[in-house]
Amino acid sequence: MEVGKTLWLIILIKLAIIFLILRVFFFRPELSRYDTDAEKAEHVIENLTKQP
Amino acid sequence: MLLTSSLADASRLQFALTAMYHWLFVPLTLGLGILIAIFETKYYRCGDESWKKLTRFWSRIFAINFACGVATGIILEFEFGTNWSNYSWFVGDIFGAPLAIEGIFAFFLESTFFAVMYFGWDKVSKGFHLLSTWLTAIGANLSAYWILTANGWMQNPVGVEFNPLTARNEMVDFWSIVFSPTTLSKFSHSVMSGFLVAAIVVIAISCWYLKKQRNREFSLRSIKYATVFGLFAIFMLMVTGHTSAVTVTRTQPMKLAAMEGLYRGENGTPFVGFAVLNPKKTYDNDENPYLFNISFPKVLSFIANGDFNSFVPGISDIIEGGYKYKDANGEEKTALSFQEKVDRGNMARRALSLYAQYKDDPDTAKRNQILSQAKVYLDENFEYFGYGYLKNPEDSIPNVPVTFYSFRIMVMLGGYFILFLIVCWWLMKKKILEKKKWFIFFAILSVPLVYICAEAGWVVAEVGRQPWTIQDLLPIGASVSGVSSSNVWTTFIIFAVLFTTLLIAELKIAFNQIKKGPDGIKWN
Repeated sequence: MEVGKTLWLIILIKLAIIFLILRVFFFRPELSRYDTDAEKAEHVIENLTKQP
Repeated sequence: MLLTSSLADASRLQFALTAMYHWLFVPLTLGLGILIAIFETKYYRCGDESWKKLTRFWSRIFAINFACGVATGIILEFEFGTNWSNYSWFVGDIFGAPLAIEGIFAFFLESTFFAVMYFGWDKVSKGFHLLSTWLTAIGANLSAYWILTANGWMQNPVGVEFNPLTARNEMVDFWSIVFSPTTLSKFSHSVMSGFLVAAIVVIAISCWYLKKQRNREFSLRSIKYATVFGLFAIFMLMVTGHTSAVTVTRTQPMKLAAMEGLYRGENGTPFVGFAVLNPKKTYDNDENPYLFNISFPKVLSFIANGDFNSFVPGISDIIEGGYKYKDANGEEKTALSFQEKVDRGNMARRALSLYAQYKDDPDTAKRNQILSQAKVYLDENFEYFGYGYLKNPEDSIPNVPVTFYSFRIMVMLGGYFILFLIVCWWLMKKKILEKKKWFIFFAILSVPLVYICAEAGWVVAEVGRQPWTIQDLLPIGASVSGVSSSNVWTTFIIFAVLFTTLLIAELKIAFNQIKKGPDGIKWN
């Protein structure tokens, strides 16, 4: 296989792992479970103020 | 929510793994891109086909490294959102803006013109191809600038105002963030280390050809340009290393003290050339910090403040406070003790609590009065906000041995590369380099050493600023998300496998192409 094709293959496999596996199954932003910025802010403020 | 240290440690370890692997791919891209652009400029000017072959061969090495390394940095951004959600929210748009600019302008500039650079030979005009090569190299370095703007802000948070209603930092001065002294020194030092990595890699591969007695003209020409490039880089590394030290002195004195293993400062503080740290030393005992040391009198004072007799605080001094220092704006101040900072941090946290408690209070008069008073407390004490999470003085001290020894590894290897490049230049000038087998041995050995040097620099920068994710404003423990640590460990293992596979792939493909050499590759 030519180097150019091998490199494209590496890039595509890597992007698939990053976006289709890691992003979907492992890396959901924690704050995405809140719908609004106000809810996100409330959650973070609670974390920042309640922590001992 | 109580956040366990095991979760914080797992998240830190994962971030460290990802960042260090990422930095294995990046520096070669930064430096080799510029070297290739210089080679192609020679080809454009003289039209000599041997320059074209030389440019195309190094472009291929660049392409292999680029393909394996591209997008590995995206994982760091995933980690911010998942493992560091408090931090991600708290930094607000300060982090988002530089990263967005990086993605939209610099990364796409680099990626778009990389395609022309790699695939466009004989398909576009010579001038446009040369322009594409330069834009690829500039794009890579611009990418680094915006990433390091974000990192620089974490080390020296300037140009922002904290909004207690949203718990976010809001940008009030874009230019002070973009051109903060920390960002400038970080960028210049990091990019120059990338230039050095590229110079050493080019010299080493070329020396391997000389050892094998092949591609002689190609190799000597590559070595000649890489040596000058490397000498420029190492000189600039010394200059930017000094400016970094000055910046760290003003904005992160604890990091400087950890870099030096310095517990008690003095007027005319010595610089420790080499030492073995005493493991029994703590900030509150009288043990000698070093079991053995070689020091240069008054040099640290000069490096830090430009004055041989100035005072440089040690770890114990910083915890006790009471000494005079100049802040980032050059104003003289008296340092607060650790406990005073904790008290002010707690006041800032209490003010934030009041905001959360009363912001929706239906009694307008009462709400306005409490919020305006809380705002005053918050503004007065916000610069120590993060200290409100620390309990013991030890919590504010980074890992001294890791910071200290990493700094010495970086500096000593830097010294080795100065000597190496001067010897290389001299051997080239005398036209005897290819006969010196010992030099060829050292040239090849220098490849792992230059990567160790580059990684050690980042270890100093990042371990030395612990426990802060944002200097003085947010410590590690308050930054992490409430995810399970088992989840973090799972992804840690996935990353370790993924990155190791990518690294092996890069090395295998690169070695294969190097073995073929510029004459063995079929260019089409």
